[in-house]
Amino acid sequence: MIRQCAIIIACLALAELIVYLTGIRFPSALIGMLLLTLFLKLGWVRLEWVKGISDFLLAHLGLFFVPPGVALMLHFNLIASEFLPIAVATLASTVAVLAITGWTHQLLRRR
Amino acid sequence: MSGFLSSPLFAIALTIGVYWAAQQLQRRLKVVILNPILVAVAIIIVVLNLGNVTYESYYSGGKYLEYLLKPAIVALGVPLYLQLEQIRKQAVPIIVSQLVACITGVVTVVLVADALSASLPVILSLSPKSATTPIAIEVTRVLGGIPALSAIVVILTGIFGAVFGMAILRLFAITSPIAQGLALGAAAHAVGTAHAMQKSRRLGAYSSLGLIVNGTLTGLLTPYILQLLGY
Repeated sequence: MIRQCAIIIACLALAELIVYLTGIRFPSALIGMLLLTLFLKLGWVRLEWVKGISDFLLAHLGLFFVPPGVALMLHFNLIASEFLPIAVATLASTVAVLAITGWTHQLLRRR
Repeated sequence: MSGFLSSPLFAIALTIGVYWAAQQLQRRLKVVILNPILVAVAIIIVVLNLGNVTYESYYSGGKYLEYLLKPAIVALGVPLYLQLEQIRKQAVPIIVSQLVACITGVVTVVLVADALSASLPVILSLSPKSATTPIAIEVTRVLGGIPALSAIVVILTGIFGAVFGMAILRLFAITSPIAQGLALGAAAHAVGTAHAMQKSRRLGAYSSLGLIVNGTLTGLLTPYILQLLGY
């Protein structure tokens, strides 16, 4: 279990270092994810070394974004005053993504 | 009493307890709109208001749970690794359709919100809305938006996609299960994927592929797409 934690934290720390050194505007956790994928692919990390902790973290993913969600209580006024653009933009964009992604894939597969 | 309500331990216990109860509620009732995150956030806000607890005191404990988001995103590397073979087999249709999905998602939400005169922090917070919540929150943080707003908008997007996604896809004559799965995952991330899993394993597998590839692309490209749009 300690080794599992160490691998995940090491990927994250390495990613933070890359962001710090290069100044790129990427979320460090995403770079950590890609590093972990790369290390698994290269065989430096074995699947069974990280499978347990990965399953645990992903099974409880929802819990971790409850605290940032609760911060909504600080922004009620903003949301009330901009409810219309937030709702319309979100719905319209979701319909557009569904349609355009589906079409693109169908089009490319037919060729 | 108010000292106890403001302690970090109370915040952690409250969050875990309420989230667990909300999960049980959804398992019993199986209603998509009763998303455990949404229900837990609503109940906790009510409890904090009744107990006169500020967000700052709640966050003194909540930040420990929130910090686990980062290792959890790193952990997404495992399902991504497991799907690499499938991605490689149909690399072009998958990567191109997800790239198009990512650009469509960011550009349309930003332009529509701007046309309806939303403020800049709101526009920035909406931009990663098709990505899965932990990725969207990180993007919004990098951009200087409001992570809490992204969290809620992302969850509502997922619920909308899960409830109406299949009907919308049929309306636009998208009938291949692979295209349907990829589109659901790209537009409605984990909530859409969980819904697709219930319909069929194949739809669910392609949906999770869409969720991961689109989430990664959105996480990496959103700051640059916004720059090109002049924000």
